[in-house]
Amino acid sequence: MDKFTTLTGIAAPMPLINVDTDMIIPKQFLKTIKRSGLGVNLFDEMRYDADGAEIADFVLNKPAYRDAEILIAGDNFGCGSSREHAPWALLDFGIRCVIAPSFADIFFNNCFKNGILPIALPQELVDALMEDAEKGANARMTVDLENQVIIRPNGETVAFEVDPFRKHCLINGLDDIGLSLEKAAKIDAFEAQATQSRPWV
Amino acid sequence: MPGKTLYDKIWDAHLVDEAEDGTSLIYIDRHLVHEVTSPQAFEGLRMAGRTVRAPEKTIAVPDHNVPTTWDREDGIDNEESRIQVEALNRNARDFGLMHYYEMNDIRQGIVHIVGPEQGWTLPGMTVVCGDSHTATHGAFGALAHGIGTSEVEHVLATQTLIQKKSKNMKVEITGQLPPGVTAKDITLTVIGRTGTAGGTGYVIEYCGEAIRGLSMEGRMTVCNMAIEGGARAGLIAPDETTFAYVKGRPHAPKGAQWEAALAWWKTLYSDDDAEWDKVVTIDAAEIAPVVTWGTSPEDVLPITGVVPDPADFQGGKVDAARRSLDYMGLTPGTRLQDVEIDAVFIGSCTNGRIEDLRAAAEVVRGKKIKDGLQTAIVVPGSGLVRLQAEEEGLADIFREAGFEWRLAGCSMCLGMNPDQLGPQVRCASTSNRNFEGRQGRGSRTHLMSPAMAAAAAVTGRLTDVREMM
Repeated sequence: MDKFTTLTGIAAPMPLINVDTDMIIPKQFLKTIKRSGLGVNLFDEMRYDADGAEIADFVLNKPAYRDAEILIAGDNFGCGSSREHAPWALLDFGIRCVIAPSFADIFFNNCFKNGILPIALPQELVDALMEDAEKGANARMTVDLENQVIIRPNGETVAFEVDPFRKHCLINGLDDIGLSLEKAAKIDAFEAQATQSRPWV
Repeated sequence: MPGKTLYDKIWDAHLVDEAEDGTSLIYIDRHLVHEVTSPQAFEGLRMAGRTVRAPEKTIAVPDHNVPTTWDREDGIDNEESRIQVEALNRNARDFGLMHYYEMNDIRQGIVHIVGPEQGWTLPGMTVVCGDSHTATHGAFGALAHGIGTSEVEHVLATQTLIQKKSKNMKVEITGQLPPGVTAKDITLTVIGRTGTAGGTGYVIEYCGEAIRGLSMEGRMTVCNMAIEGGARAGLIAPDETTFAYVKGRPHAPKGAQWEAALAWWKTLYSDDDAEWDKVVTIDAAEIAPVVTWGTSPEDVLPITGVVPDPADFQGGKVDAARRSLDYMGLTPGTRLQDVEIDAVFIGSCTNGRIEDLRAAAEVVRGKKIKDGLQTAIVVPGSGLVRLQAEEEGLADIFREAGFEWRLAGCSMCLGMNPDQLGPQVRCASTSNRNFEGRQGRGSRTHLMSPAMAAAAAVTGRLTDVREMM
């Protein structure tokens, strides 16, 4: 997993609530057995018409936002299925940070596993960042994970919260599985005890 | 010290390790696997030279991509779908998974129907699957939730999951359900009340007289859609209904082990003095047969209602409702019962069990579906559900009414196989998500119970099933 320390990039505004994982990556692209290559189909049905031509007024098709690395969105972003194809598609497109008032639980988890930082902020702060993002290519923001601040285009800062363990994993690009396997003795002990107490499992 | 909730008890029984900040490692008793969210996880294991830690606790079945037409023994036409199912075949073999139900095994079906049916899902267990509708298994008093593919790989390698504990939410449905009102109406009504983010950060325990009165099939329908309410999991405390369902299933404990298990299962309830972070109470008498009108599962109204006006909502929901109505091709003020449909889908992990098929068959018995419906399919949730329905004569009732009777799979709930709808085709569906494009690009989904979908099939419009009873 790529490390996430500080990101400076263009923020794209998507002022929609309940952006679901079917919108982020429709089912026909879940048939892949790879993690890569999904960026071209990110938001496919909003981004392309039935003939595959780009829909000009979709935010990521606008010249100012084609290289966006940050997405500002509405409440409950990523609701719906557990498909990790959603963060894979965002990452493959180049989005490394999503900012919204709230996120669906599984999507939120999946982001951290892929080096994407989801930031939940109060609605009024998201509204302010949304206004910044609507300024187009001038909407460059910096997300500084180490110091847990977003630096707006006007230089003002917005602080954000992040789980300390997840922050540690993102900054160091750590593999969860490796960390858990270090606890193999504890897992062995648990399993031995559980075999005694719940032998039917 | 306050008492414990059911969630607290299951959590504590599976805690392997807990860091100071609450980041925990919990042990996973059952890992269910399907073909869509697992190939990259197995590939990850291969790249790192890792093995599956507990192949005896890992249960795999292809369900999303499988054709449901009767020629499926001939193989899968769509190349990508075929490759994905073949990848699961290969991974199950290469990693020594001990319980694999291949596509043409009669026990094959939707993973969330197969698990309980085979007795893999038991009270007090932790159950995960790379699929958000894993919440279904909470109906047994098992802590069950969906995980992403990275977590699938983590569970395969370690049989544990890194988690932080969620908060406790109680949803109590008091009193008894009125006639014509089902488990699907309960779960949709709850989501309509709390919103799709109302359960975010919580594990929901459903309780109350109306929940106690449900069969296991109905309880699975309720818990299945906990995820649509944003919750990590849904739970229902196990009781005699649960034990009777579990007993005698192929992988349920037997003899002395059954007695030992039963003794523990009977301790799995929330203590009277347990503390709740959030409580929602709904009187069952207030629940009507409902349908969704929009593109979010929270867009729920009684069938007697009218299409709402976006201006009546607040905040971001105003634009969302406008977008939904535009997508759905609906005008505010239209009576829901006047909305004509083009298609009917009965099936899915929400409503593909035997009781669902019985309820739908009861409505269409001796009737014909409306002329001009372009699609009307019944897709049993598993091969065994199909056999049972055929033995009970339900398949004949559906066929005589004009439905197509299919083989088991996820089918038109999400259309990863050929069962898809065209643009602007309006469907009465027993599935779980009415998202844009869910059943096919541009398709329009109205969620409802099996009885309501069956009623809509007969009249060709959204219909109050109570008028046909």
